[in-house]
Amino acid sequence: MATAPTSRFITAGTGDPTQPRAKGPRLSAHLPRVILYALLTLFCIYYLLPLYVMVANSLKPLSEITAGGMMALPDAWTLAPWQSAWSTAQIGVEATGLRPYFINSLVMVIPAVAISTILGALNGYVLTKWHFRGATLIFGLLLFGCFIPFQMVLIPMARMLGLMGLSGTVPGLIFVHLVYGIGFSTLYFRNYYAAFPTELVRAAQIDGAGFFRIFWRILLPSSGPIAVVCIIWQFTNIWNDFLFGASFADFDSQPMTVALNNLVNSSTGVKEYNVHFAGALMAAAPTLLVYIVAGRFFVRGLMAGSVKG
Amino acid sequence: MTDISRTEPASRPFGDRFRDALPKLVLSPSVAMVAIFVYGFIAFTLYLSFSDSRVLPSYNLVGWKNYEFLFRIRAWDTAVTNLVIFGTLYIAICCALGLLLAILLDQKIRAEGFIRTVYLYPMALSFIVTGVAWKWFLDPGIGLEAVMRGWGWESFRFDWIKDSDMAIYTIVIAAVWQTSGFVMAMFLAGLRGIDGEILKAAQIDGASTFSLYRRIVIPQLRPAFMSAFVVLAHMAIKSYDLVVALTGGGPGNATEVPATFMYSYTFTRNQMGIGAASAVIMLMTIAAIIVPYLWSELREKK
Repeated sequence: MATAPTSRFITAGTGDPTQPRAKGPRLSAHLPRVILYALLTLFCIYYLLPLYVMVANSLKPLSEITAGGMMALPDAWTLAPWQSAWSTAQIGVEATGLRPYFINSLVMVIPAVAISTILGALNGYVLTKWHFRGATLIFGLLLFGCFIPFQMVLIPMARMLGLMGLSGTVPGLIFVHLVYGIGFSTLYFRNYYAAFPTELVRAAQIDGAGFFRIFWRILLPSSGPIAVVCIIWQFTNIWNDFLFGASFADFDSQPMTVALNNLVNSSTGVKEYNVHFAGALMAAAPTLLVYIVAGRFFVRGLMAGSVKG
Repeated sequence: MTDISRTEPASRPFGDRFRDALPKLVLSPSVAMVAIFVYGFIAFTLYLSFSDSRVLPSYNLVGWKNYEFLFRIRAWDTAVTNLVIFGTLYIAICCALGLLLAILLDQKIRAEGFIRTVYLYPMALSFIVTGVAWKWFLDPGIGLEAVMRGWGWESFRFDWIKDSDMAIYTIVIAAVWQTSGFVMAMFLAGLRGIDGEILKAAQIDGASTFSLYRRIVIPQLRPAFMSAFVVLAHMAIKSYDLVVALTGGGPGNATEVPATFMYSYTFTRNQMGIGAASAVIMLMTIAAIIVPYLWSELREKK
């Protein structure tokens, strides 16, 4: 999904949601721990329920779902829905399964993330360490570009892709994601580099180091954390995009989200709910995996896109 | 050529001038891309909204006609009403739930990291995935209603997703599920940033826990509220994927929102001028929220 890590969410001091606080008000006197934990567990169930529904129902025969057993664990466990969703399900007119579209999404997301991250790092470096007039204005204009409703660019972009000969292709989608991803990656690196000691850069300059040498030898080696944040953010956003995929992809260049939507909404005849759930889990798997492996960076990405430099 | 001061810079070695220009040179592709693909395209769409474009862009200006048309189309009226209902409930519920969860989690909870992970994971999913999960979960034929009846509650009814009057609320349900954990994280960050000393002092002065939250903690979360509002409002206005996946804008066009309206008028109904006009209105609404926010953020640091 496309959300916005605008803000300096962390204004009231420098709170980090991943760090517990030493002291603070406690409800404990009024709210027994048992009730507190019961409430927290209840909300855990609420958030996990749809995931449970997807997993459980992707592993059972269709008849068990239509018989009203959506909440139950499978009686007869089966992987057939997963096989069907991956390689034989009907997507639109062809029975290709989701595999080709999964590959489309991968081919689209990797270069788009790589290039937008590199450009973002360079932009952030220039904007913070090579001051010039209008830098803040340029940054503001870049940032505003992150928030525009993309409906505003659909019509001209469709024409532009046509002129460039990229209509309905995966490279066309890469290009679109690159263009609209630069704003956020610049935001991340700019805010990160703003806190980087400028004296080090000046000292290296006096020693005769050039523009790229300073970037390569001084800033880049300490950019690991923000690069991870930026890559995760871009990956999640581009993988989950639907609007650009639906607007600019041809049938055979569709990304995963568009194919999943076609699987679920255009299937004629019997609705194979179990196959739909398996497909949804396939579309969710890459970003969910990233979240589980690098959740801390994911949260930081959501939070720390602090506009305030 | 006789003016020495003028020839002086030109006589500098090319390498020097190149080096001075290098930072701007590196920045320029991005600036050019944003200039063309964001601002150029905004101008283009703005122009189209005043033209008689139908299937293809046309450069024939017709004044405010598209906007006059737009506000007479009933589907647009539905879309705007839906956005107001959806946006208000979405923002209010996300903020209330987010604040509640943040306060509950800020009580030295064991396994806090795990619980936080659970609350926040929907944020990593595509709205299409969320839409598919909730579409079938809320479907009266196989989902919640069928399950409850199967469990013996024969009169249980929950068919909002098929009900034109109620379907918009199912979008609120799914959207809140996806984003409320994120709002929780924002408030948690805010809570963690509050100075413990102030709270301790207030406690010593005999403030009750309730008044501590009401008078000290929640007022200090104002910036977090602001951020949450801006992010949620902007997401609400742009919401497209979730509506497409969950209800497809239906039943009928009961869950039409501006984003789906723009898409269908531009690409399937071949009313590009009207589609462009609706996009312009979406942009203006977002700009009214974002521009003051960015302005204050970027000015503050000076």
